[in-house]
Amino acid sequence: MSKVIIEFKDVYKSFNGLLVHNGITLSILEGEIISLLGGSGSGKSVLLKELIGLMKPDKGDIIVLENNVTQMNEDALIKLREHVGMLFQGAALFDSLTVFENIAYPLREHLRLTEKEIQERVAEKLHLVGLSGIGKKMPDELSGGMKKRVGLARAIATEPDIILYDEPTTGLDPMTAQRINDLIIELQRKLGITTIVVTHDLHCVKTVSDRIAMLHEGKIVAVGTWQELVTSNIQVVQDFISGNICV
Amino acid sequence: MNILLSIDISAKKFILSVGQVTLLTIKGLGGIFVPPFNLKLVSREVDNFGAGSLLLVDIIALFTGMVMALQTIYGLSIYGAEMYVGSVVSLSLVRELGPVLTSIMVGARVGSGIAAEIGSMQVTEQIDAMRALGASPIKKLVTPKMLAAMITLPLLTVTADIVGIFGGMIIALFELDIDRTFYINSVLTTIKISDLLSGIGKTVFFGLLISVIGCYFGLKTTGGTTGVGRSTTITVVTISISILISDFFLTKLFLIIF
Repeated sequence: MSKVIIEFKDVYKSFNGLLVHNGITLSILEGEIISLLGGSGSGKSVLLKELIGLMKPDKGDIIVLENNVTQMNEDALIKLREHVGMLFQGAALFDSLTVFENIAYPLREHLRLTEKEIQERVAEKLHLVGLSGIGKKMPDELSGGMKKRVGLARAIATEPDIILYDEPTTGLDPMTAQRINDLIIELQRKLGITTIVVTHDLHCVKTVSDRIAMLHEGKIVAVGTWQELVTSNIQVVQDFISGNICV
Repeated sequence: MNILLSIDISAKKFILSVGQVTLLTIKGLGGIFVPPFNLKLVSREVDNFGAGSLLLVDIIALFTGMVMALQTIYGLSIYGAEMYVGSVVSLSLVRELGPVLTSIMVGARVGSGIAAEIGSMQVTEQIDAMRALGASPIKKLVTPKMLAAMITLPLLTVTADIVGIFGGMIIALFELDIDRTFYINSVLTTIKISDLLSGIGKTVFFGLLISVIGCYFGLKTTGGTTGVGRSTTITVVTISISILISDFFLTKLFLIIF
């Protein structure tokens, strides 16, 4: 049985008096792909940011690779982030840097590699996401789907133990979205990376997830496989899947 | 009651902002002494701040010097002392107008640029991405800009002083028909090292002020592109006011020191 690699323990977070997390408790196993499902504004992305210490919860503990993120200072968090890759919703590529420099960025920050090794690593990751030879392009020359794939290459550049996807398929055409879904699965299978996908794209959830956790009104209301969720008798889960909850 | 409450809230917000700006300044300055040192980033910012502002600053200085000379000649002619135009123009420029005008112009140009650049990065999650990739936005963005501003602003001020004095000389030559050597000599005998140091010393502080305020409002940006516009505007206003207010206190301080 796989060991627990990430744990959210009774996490609370509010913004200007609006409660976003109301006691979230969730365990994530090593090597699994888990999707966090929930409507817009349900605090899914906030949960990812809390996980790598970009935001601090008001209360509760978050354990990542046996470290309590809520009690770590920025220097310790920087060390931890070497083991965690994140694909941001809008890819968040540095628009003043080329594609090559974007992917090389975490390698230069975290690892002591020679320039040749960096070039090889960048080429390998670009090949993995199906974008070989675009290293010299600037981010504004890329389509939305290409940006996401470059963001993905950047997120896996340091070969992390955990990868976080924030809305990986939002705003993409169905073919590109499927390509991203395939990449998520392929990366998990090839590299065994523990994967958390935040989305409200049900097709993405169904395609990639080993387990799904559903957030509603600041709480995890259901955890299980797609099949378990589909057959669940929890009303809010059924409403979400059938589209009765506005996302 | 409502007025008192809103004053209370505004005062708390202001105190909080001052605290945050101070903290950002300490962290940014601290970054200068903590390796790794990225000279490439600093030189890029120096080029942006310095070379990019040089023409603007010198045009302003040239015409300020010319206007100063015209007004001084008019004022001094009442007492028959218009020959001392070089002394008055150079002293005003070196001690006050050069540093303040240069700082306000560079502040508007560079400060708004910093706020827009960092603000855009903030709203597109590039700052978060930077942190997630293991880099410190303070070290990568704030420190190089601080350092560059503190280096370039004094240099720009020196050029502005020279060009401004030259502008005054053009007017003196045409309006008064005085000898060029007399004008230059009156400038050189009037300006002391302490005048230069007090003027240039201020600009090191103004440079710090411009970069910190730009970075602060950039990092505080929320609300998409509208938010970036708002940050840019408030940055220019805050920088201008801060320079003028701090100029008074710095002038007092330098008068005590020198």
